This record gives sequence, structure tokens and C-alpha cells, in this order.
Amino acid sequence: MSTAAVVTGKHAGSLRGARLPKWAPLAIAAVSIALGLGISAAAGLHSKIQWALIAALLHVVGTYGIAARVEGRRQAKDRVATSLVWVAFLLAVVPLASLVWSTVRRGVKVLDLYFLTHSMGVVADSEPGGGIYHAIIGSLEQIGLATLIGAPIGVLTAIYLVEYGRGRLAKSVTFFVDVMTGIPSIVAGLFILSIMLMLDLQPFGFAGSLALAILMMPVVVRSTEEMLKLVPNELREASLALGVPKWRTILKVVLPTSIGGITTGIMLAVARIAGETAPVLLLVFGNPFINNNPFEGAQASLPLYIYQQYSQSAGSPHAFNRAWAASLTLIAFVMILNLAARGIARWKAPKTGR
Amino acid sequence: MDPMDPMDTPTQTADAPPRTLRPSPAEQKRAARGATRPGDRIFLGLSRGSGILLLVIMAAIAVFLTYRAALALSKDDANFLTAFEWNTGLVPPKFGIAVLAFGTVVSSIIAMVIAVPIAVAIALFLTHYAPRRLSGPIAYVIDLLAAVPSIVYGLWGALILVPHMNGLFGWLDDYLGWTGVFSWDQGPPRSMLTVGVLLAIMILPIITNVSREVFRQVPRTHEEAALALGATRWEVVRMAVLPFGRSGVISASMLGLGRALGETMAVATVLSPDFDLHASLLNSGGGTFAQNIASKFSEATEFGRDALIASGLVLFVITLLVNGAARAIIARRKEYSGAHA
Amino acid sequence: MKLQRKNRLRTLSLGAVAVCGALALSACGSDDTGGKDGGSGNSTANASSIKCDNAKGQLLADGSSAQKNAIDAWVKQFSAACGVQINYKGGGSGAGVTAFTQGQVAFAGSDSALKPEEVTASKKVCSGGQGIDLPMVGGPIAVGYNVPGVDHLVLDAPTLAKIFDSKITNWNDGAIKKLNPNAKLPNLKIQAFHRSDESGTTDNFTKYLKAATPENWPYSGGKAWQAKGGQSAPQSSGVAQQVKQTSGAIGYFELSYAKDGIKTVDIDTGAASPVKATVANASKAIADAKVVGTGKDLSLQLNYKTKADNAYPIVLVTYEIVCDKGNKPATLAATKAFLRYIAGEDGQKILEQNDYAPIPDAIISKVRSTIETLS
Repeated sequence: MSTAAVVTGKHAGSLRGARLPKWAPLAIAAVSIALGLGISAAAGLHSKIQWALIAALLHVVGTYGIAARVEGRRQAKDRVATSLVWVAFLLAVVPLASLVWSTVRRGVKVLDLYFLTHSMGVVADSEPGGGIYHAIIGSLEQIGLATLIGAPIGVLTAIYLVEYGRGRLAKSVTFFVDVMTGIPSIVAGLFILSIMLMLDLQPFGFAGSLALAILMMPVVVRSTEEMLKLVPNELREASLALGVPKWRTILKVVLPTSIGGITTGIMLAVARIAGETAPVLLLVFGNPFINNNPFEGAQASLPLYIYQQYSQSAGSPHAFNRAWAASLTLIAFVMILNLAARGIARWKAPKTGR
Repeated sequence: MDPMDPMDTPTQTADAPPRTLRPSPAEQKRAARGATRPGDRIFLGLSRGSGILLLVIMAAIAVFLTYRAALALSKDDANFLTAFEWNTGLVPPKFGIAVLAFGTVVSSIIAMVIAVPIAVAIALFLTHYAPRRLSGPIAYVIDLLAAVPSIVYGLWGALILVPHMNGLFGWLDDYLGWTGVFSWDQGPPRSMLTVGVLLAIMILPIITNVSREVFRQVPRTHEEAALALGATRWEVVRMAVLPFGRSGVISASMLGLGRALGETMAVATVLSPDFDLHASLLNSGGGTFAQNIASKFSEATEFGRDALIASGLVLFVITLLVNGAARAIIARRKEYSGAHA
Repeated sequence: MKLQRKNRLRTLSLGAVAVCGALALSACGSDDTGGKDGGSGNSTANASSIKCDNAKGQLLADGSSAQKNAIDAWVKQFSAACGVQINYKGGGSGAGVTAFTQGQVAFAGSDSALKPEEVTASKKVCSGGQGIDLPMVGGPIAVGYNVPGVDHLVLDAPTLAKIFDSKITNWNDGAIKKLNPNAKLPNLKIQAFHRSDESGTTDNFTKYLKAATPENWPYSGGKAWQAKGGQSAPQSSGVAQQVKQTSGAIGYFELSYAKDGIKTVDIDTGAASPVKATVANASKAIADAKVVGTGKDLSLQLNYKTKADNAYPIVLVTYEIVCDKGNKPATLAATKAFLRYIAGEDGQKILEQNDYAPIPDAIISKVRSTIETLS
């Protein structure tokens, strides 16, 4: 609201018409909360939801009424929209903040250097001790390999769809990318598993990477496609008109313009696969010991570790603490990756309007 | 397909006014595809190859799913589409997906109804309402939340969200219980509505993220023009921002819907499933495709897995239908691609 | 060109950073050998008595989550003595058997004996032999409840069946009152919890109900829950957790999950006094079991209708499933050494400390001699 062009009532009569003072929305909010509490207390209602609902209703009606009186209907609508957007934001913050808060609060209990540098080894799930080193290694290797496979294929496919494809092939690719987005992760896992069984292979990390790459591709294609479409055609035309070959136009003009969005898309895809439990469960098996080789032998991964600590530990508080700590680590890992990608994107991307 | 396939019409850039002076139409077309130089040919080959690879993977998955599903369906003693039972260990086995289809659709609808308006509002908040100093960090936090794995949402949902749903359930039962949809038997609130709310919370960051990225791309000139005409901020949003971002928002919602339809671990930890249809969203019971696959998978025999794959195939088909509908909507809004920005 | 290379780099660097980071990190981690704290303190005493032979490498195994805690305890001792890494994933009996018949694991744990078609499937993996069941871990299935103000509850099979079949829906029902004349039973809705996943625990629990009171339990049984109504939760720990949280709840799970203030029901079997769910009482019931397997297979038939004093009738036995002949040469030594240890006196002794019941002497001695013949 701070950027709104709000002028106090004293300037009424100027060209801009009457305006509510800057503090008006806050005042209306305060009054409606007080009224909401008062009405609820008087009527003997207990539910906090009822209080909030009454207050919210009063706020919207009050804002509209007062603004319509002073500023006119159009301004009133604008104010109601503003407060609705704020309410939506606050509404969404509560659960998400609670999620982060509980993960951090419970996660820090056992998160220390020992936890990060040791595997579970022979520590039973219901005992204290142990760590997630093996799971970190497994996750990093599987996700890294999956990204190496999935991201280039996804971005290239999106380039094909936006820059080249207009025929039947492009149409069917678009369609099946949409369908692919809906593949449950467990089905992708089953698909790779059936191949492994045919070839008589034991579980290993790279098998998980393959399933994760399948899950990653459509997400990358979708978001990259969307971002490439937003690149103004004038840019492409200008470059082509200068005689630059199409492929260099794409690499030098189109991609740099949209690299921020593409990176965000890839990050979203990495985020999606970093949390996948089911395919890892089927293909990588899980392993309480350290295995540095993704191409041979069972490995662990962070989401699988969290799931196993949660579900197989007889509700032991030690295991729950480890599960929360591993969740915190996983989130931190994604955050660092995210930060790095954003840094690169901001550093490289051409300046746009905002 | 052949690069010269007549079905391949020129790209949008070919329609651009500054045509070159090349004589033959075939050559012109090739120029439009940019396939005249070796670099162009390699690049086209690479990107086209990626697209084809994707199709091959999809085909392989589809063939595999159908094959395994057919193995299971041929032995099913109950009606696969209507039976309220899932027991693959019986001789002969009986299993059906009526409950799962209902639960999947209902929980996703609840999630979308809650999440899409709020996500769009947050995206608008971040791009057009919030103070600049606030919007950067918040956008970043929301990026992160999109990355929180579903198992963590599941953990949080089971341990923290479920106990807090009691109040809401009591209130809904008091005032809307007469509808039947919101009647409550005072059981633990591990029901479809809780699942829907949790799914909404899960997909909120994803939809917000993509929508925000799209809203940020709205040409500054459009907004400034509207403002210059005296539009209020809401009118700018309604007339310039939302129409421009519509296809992006739909696409974002589909991403969210895809995750909601296929969500496994979070549903499995929060829902108290059974194989019955319940009119009330507040009473426990029901199930979803993905949840059922996850919870039955570990103990399933070879045949049981095939049966679960058959249910996975149905989920596949549902996604297909949903996406078909979404494509139809987006197709009508094509004019808002970059070409006319 | 400059820009293009950087673009490519941007995408690749994400993956590369991850892989390189992993390799760099791999220098500084180590396996937890359990030396820090918290272990059951007798590790060194037992370790010397474990015969390792030529066991080495890593052993994959999968199966019943019911015996997971027992395996954890065994693995700690065995790894310390022999340096073999045993990776047992408690994915469930079905998962274990499936993994075994596909040749992915060295042995599987299962709460039910192999079915004929599974034996047939196992012949593919065991060249020249077949999969056999070796009973190794016993345990009581406890019925936990959460009723405020009731510290002691007695139920019999018909009442239990009616509760889990939603025929009795309130805690102040006459049938429960009759069994508990002194308890202050509240007017509270019963929330009966069952497993939402398929489970050997469900299989054994419903087998008991079917055997003890067939007229009140009209379902055929099996790993999937069949009765209508009631609440459900995944895994034993999920059921235990819900029982702990929910007022008016009742649910079934292995005794080792009945911790942190969950009270368990005493079963009125018709014996002199109601029987508590304890390890000792479960052992009594398992002692009644008969070996029904043929050849080297040692699958058991449990007597659910026992009326002996202090014999707790709701029990399950977990089998280790291996090939009698044709085990993979790479893992045979380690498998044999591990099984020999867990079937031995030291191995069986650890069970009681972990809320499991050892297998009666008459049966376990057969198991030991069978293990020596594995090849």
C-alpha cells in the first residue's frame, strides 16, 4: 500500500478528487477486528475462525462503504481488491510459516557436524546417534545425474517446440509433455524397474536418476516453453534481419532474454525430484552405509531416509528428530542450489523493464 | 518427421514483415526454419531429437503400463470401474477403482478451488501490491517452499495440520452440516477435506511462482497506458495484467493440478483411507490413486503390482483428459504469446 | 559464442556442482559403528562368540517390518564382529518376498509362510532348489487402547471382533461392561484403527479372530483389511501414533510399538485369568505351534484357540526366507553366518530385550540344523 498514490483529504477539490488518508485501511482493519471480537464475545462464539470471519467481513464491507462514500465506486473496488490480495497473502503465510518453523525448530535438535558426517551404519532406527552423510551423498549424485540428463533434453525440446515446431510432431510432443507431467512418480519408478528386471540388474543409484530424469523433463519443458513464448518477437526479427543465423539468434538473443525464467523452471524441476521418495524406494533400495558409487550397489537418499525414519521407527522420538533434521538439511540444500542459480541468472540476464 | 514435411508450416518469424528476397517458396521455407547452415541443421537436429526422445519414453511407459494392466484386468473378478473393493490377494482377485477415482477428483478439486485464487492473489501481491523491499524476500521464500518435499508436507500435515482441523470441522458441521457434504461424525479429522487443504498448501507455491513470473513479463507500456488513462490499480490488473497472464496462470494451475492428482506421500500420511464412498468431506475414508498405490505397493505380490499399475493407467487417462481441456482453453488465448506483446 | 557457452555452462554447472560436491565431500564422512552411545551395552561380550567364516561384503535383505527392530539389534552385533554390512529394509513381507523371487536380495523376512505359487517362483532364483521358511522371531500382537479413566481393560475374541467390525460402537456397550465390571467406561465413540496398507500383522490378527470366533468374523482374512468402517493408518507406527492421539481409539500392532503410555488389552481366552500381552505369554502360545512345512521348509501352524493359562493367543511368527540350494555364491557365506548367529543362543537371547519372543527350543534346533545344510 505504501506505493499507492494517496493524498490526504485536505487536498480535496484539486484535480485528483477526495482521498482517504493513508492510515484509513489500517484503521478500518483495527476497528473491524475489534468489532469482530466484540460481536463474537457478546454472542458467545468460541471458534477463532468465526471471529476472524466476522472481522474480515466487516473489514471488506467497511472499506467498500467508506471508500465508496469518499472516493467513489471505482476507488472503492480498488481498495477492496487491495485488501483481498493482502488477506490472501496473510492466509497463505500462516501454514507455510508453520511448516518452516516446525521443521527448523525440530530439525536443529540433532543437526550437528557428527550428524552430517556420519552414516546410520549399524545404529538401529529407534536409537539415538547416526547421521545422514550417506543420504546426502546419494541424493547429490542421483539428483546431479538426473539433472545432467533431464535439463538439456527438456530445454532443447522446449526450444524445438517454440522456435521450430509447428507440425504434427510438435503438436504430439506438446500433448505428451502435458500427459507426462501427470505421471505419478511411482509409475516412472515401475517403468525403470521393469527394465532393470529384464536386464537382471541389482538396485543402484543411477537407476533412480533415470526415473528422476523422466519426472524432471516435462516440468523443464513446460516452464521453459512458457518463458520462451514471452520473449518478444521483435527481438528475434531484429536479430534475423541483421543476418544472424537462427541458431545463433536462439542462443544469443532468445535464451539470454529468458534465462532467468528458464533457470527458475529448472530449479523447480530439481526441487520436485529432490523430494521424490517412491522411485528411489524401488530402484535405489536405501542403504544405511556409505556408498559413493552411483553406478553400483544400493544407495540412500534424503527423502527416502526421511520416509524410513518416519515410518519404520516405531514412532521413536530419536528417529523423528533425525527425520526433521534431514528435512531441514534437504531444504537447506535446495536453498543453496536455488541461491546459486539465482545469482548466476541475475548476473547474466539482460536488464528488463523491472 | 522429414524436415520438409508439408505439415510443418513456417514459424511465426516467417510471417514477419521484413521478408528476404529469396525466390523459391521451398527455399524460403527452409530459410524460415533456419536450416540453411550446418550450425542450424545441427541445432535443429538436436532439439528435434530431444522432442522425439520424449515421445519414445512416453510410448515406452504407455506400452508398459497397458501391458501390465491388461495382465491384471484379465483376472479381475469384480467390475474394475465400479467395485468398492481392493483385494488382490483373494482367489479370484477383486479390485475396482470407483472410490479412488472419486477421491482423486474430489481432493484435487478442493485443492484447486482453494489454491488457484490465493496463488494468483499472492502473485499479484508480489508483482503489483507489495512494497518492493518485501516482495523480493517473500518471492524467494515461496520459491523455497515449492521445493519442500512432499514427505515433509506429509509429516507436517499429520503432526500439526490434522490436530488444528478440529475447530474448522466443528464450525463447518455446526453451520453447514445440514448440506450433508459438511456433516461430521466427530472422528479424527483425517478426511478428504484435510487432504484437499494440505494439497492446496503444497501446490500454492508452485502456482504462485509461475504466475508471478508471468505477471512480471506484462509489458510495462500496457500498464503505463492504463494508468495514464486514469485507471485505478485494480483496473490495471484486471485490464492489462490478468488478460496477458491468463494462459500462463492456466499453465501454472495445470502444473499444480498435476502434482495434486499424483501426490502420494502427503496424502498417505494424512488420510485415513477405506474403500467406500462418503458423501461428507469431513468424515474419514475414501482414497486416491497415488495414495492407494503407495500404501498397497510394498506388500503387493507380482499380480497385486499389476493391479496397482492398472489403477495408475486410469490416473494417466484422467490427467490426459484434464490436460486436453486445459489445452483447449489455452489455444483460444494464443494471441497473448510473445508475438503480440 | 561467448554468451552461448555461458548458457550451456549455467545448466550444466548445476549438475556438475552437485556431482563434484559429492565427490569432494566423500573424503570426510564415515559410517557410524555404534560406538558412540545408546547401544545395548553387551556388544563386546557377544561378538567373540559369532563365527564369521569367510563372510564379507554387503548383504541386501528386505521384508517384514515386524522384525525390523530385532534385525537392527542383530545387525549391530554381527557387523561389529564380522565387518559385514547387512542392509535390511523393512519394506513389508510382500515386498520382501517379491524382491526374493526376483533375486534382488539374499534373504527375505515374511510374517506368513511362502504360498505355493511363490515357492514355484523362487525356483527360478534358487538354481536346483527352492525358497524355504525358517521361523526366527516370534512376537505378541498387542491391542492398544486410549480410553480416558480406564487403566485396565479385558476383552474376549467375540467382543474384539464386534468392535473391529463396527458392531459395537460405544465404550459403554453392555458386552464390554460385562467383561469389565469394575471399570468406569465412559460414553465415548469407539474409533477402531486398522492398517491402511497390506500387512502381515493384519493377516495374523484377523486369522486369530477368524479362528477364535468365526461367527463374529465373517471375512476370509488376508493381508488387506476387509471389514467395513473404522479408521485406518499406514504402518504399525502410524496405528500406534493414532491410538496415542485419539480419545476412544483402539488398534492392533506388535508389542514393541506399545510404548509411551499406550495401554494394552488383556485377552480373556477362557483360561483361569485374562492374559496380558507380554513376551513370556506369547512364547507359551508359540510353544504350542506345530511344524507343517515339508522337507527343509519349517513353516508353523499356530494354535489361536489356546486356553492354556498365561498363553497369549494373538501372536505372529516371522520367517527368514532363503534358498535351500542354489544361493548366490557371493552372498552364501555371509547369509549362512548371519542366520547361524541369529538362530543361535546369543541371537535368540537378544530378542527378549527387544520385546520379541524367542522361538521354542524344539523348533529352533531344527532351524539350526537346516541352516548348516544351506548351499
